[in-house]
Amino acid sequence: MSIRHGLLALLERGQMYGYQLRAAFEESTGSTWPLNIGQVYTTLARLERDGLVRPLPENESGQRPYEITDAGRADLALWFATPISRADRPRDELSIKLALALTTPGVDVRSVVQTQRTATMRALQEFTRLKYTSDKPEDLPWRLVLDAMIFQTEAEVRWLDHCETSLVRHRPAPIRAVDHPEAVDRAGDEARR
Amino acid sequence: MNPIDGVLELRDVRRTHGAGEAAVHALRGVSLTVRAGELVAVMGPSGSGKSTLLALAGGLDRPTGGEVVVEGEALVGLSARELARLRRRRIGYVFQDLNLLGSLTAVENVALPLELDGAGVRAARQLALAALREVDLEDLADRFPDQMSGGQQQRVAIARALVGERRLVLADEPTGALDSQTGEAVLHLLRRRVDAGAAGVLVTHEARHAGWADRVVFLRDGVMVDSTAPLIGVDHLLSGSSR
Repeated sequence: MSIRHGLLALLERGQMYGYQLRAAFEESTGSTWPLNIGQVYTTLARLERDGLVRPLPENESGQRPYEITDAGRADLALWFATPISRADRPRDELSIKLALALTTPGVDVRSVVQTQRTATMRALQEFTRLKYTSDKPEDLPWRLVLDAMIFQTEAEVRWLDHCETSLVRHRPAPIRAVDHPEAVDRAGDEARR
Repeated sequence: MNPIDGVLELRDVRRTHGAGEAAVHALRGVSLTVRAGELVAVMGPSGSGKSTLLALAGGLDRPTGGEVVVEGEALVGLSARELARLRRRRIGYVFQDLNLLGSLTAVENVALPLELDGAGVRAARQLALAALREVDLEDLADRFPDQMSGGQQQRVAIARALVGERRLVLADEPTGALDSQTGEAVLHLLRRRVDAGAAGVLVTHEARHAGWADRVVFLRDGVMVDSTAPLIGVDHLLSGSSR
């Protein structure tokens, strides 16, 4: 998610200045995503450049509130209406790590899986504990954020279980060294023939 | 070990079915202590020994090696009658199959273990109603199981497991086929009882359910391969999610 759309969504509630935006942002995500004030001002500057927000006169305390423009509202509506593409999410380091563990000599892949599962399981316990202790009606937005993390960690544990089962059945092929690229090319030529 | 502290203790527990070449080693030396106020989840694939562990912990099966101690009392020395008495008084079971008796009402089902243990009908009913109150089912106390939803029946089964002074609660896939919200309510009840001072063991293959535990142990082929450490806080996880 972009901080841009987070700030636009908050400004849709009414005009706010930087520190208010930061506090409101952290409140609505249960501090899952801490923002520093520098990120807030940089983002506001870009939103202003793109015509999505507009600065208002400073108040007597020297704080400058911002308000959302019509173009900003349209951008926000589009964001809510558009599903988030999986390609926009960060690459999954864990799956890449496991794939490499399988093909790197001397790595005990089952132990990599087990170590990760224990760590992921513990994260799941901690999220569940937080959810259990956030049971007031006004905690609902925060509980839903926690649920998202709970379901994601659960999926990771299930995937790790699946990896472990696959490893039990796996008969590793000899790992080919790629010291001589031309040797690989020849092998490829033979395979094509 | 203070016996009041460790409600359940498994010491190098083994369970072998059959003998010689045909022997099946369901558990190969598992040690585990569950303290008052602690919920331990046991995870592992089918055949890893999870349910065997629970049956041994609850005195429903006897180990072929090692020792099971419940509230300071070693089960190995007990006669069948003493063991049955200990199961009725100190251990609550929640299984996937509810085992509710269809010819008894909710409150009668919950009171049954107390009556079998010699409690008077009136006293047993009072305790059973208190247990049903704990699971928010007091209003349905006089209904029969077939007049209740699956989730309500499961809560009756939990009330039966929690009735009286039991300090050890053993649950085997207690959420069974319940939907996600109802299943969560069941785990919430289990958690609440443990927070009030019971010791709990939860066998499950669902990571999201194991998440309710203070500690998760992993079984593979009858051996404990790993265990999560006690919880210390979530700040590192939350800041990690902002990357």
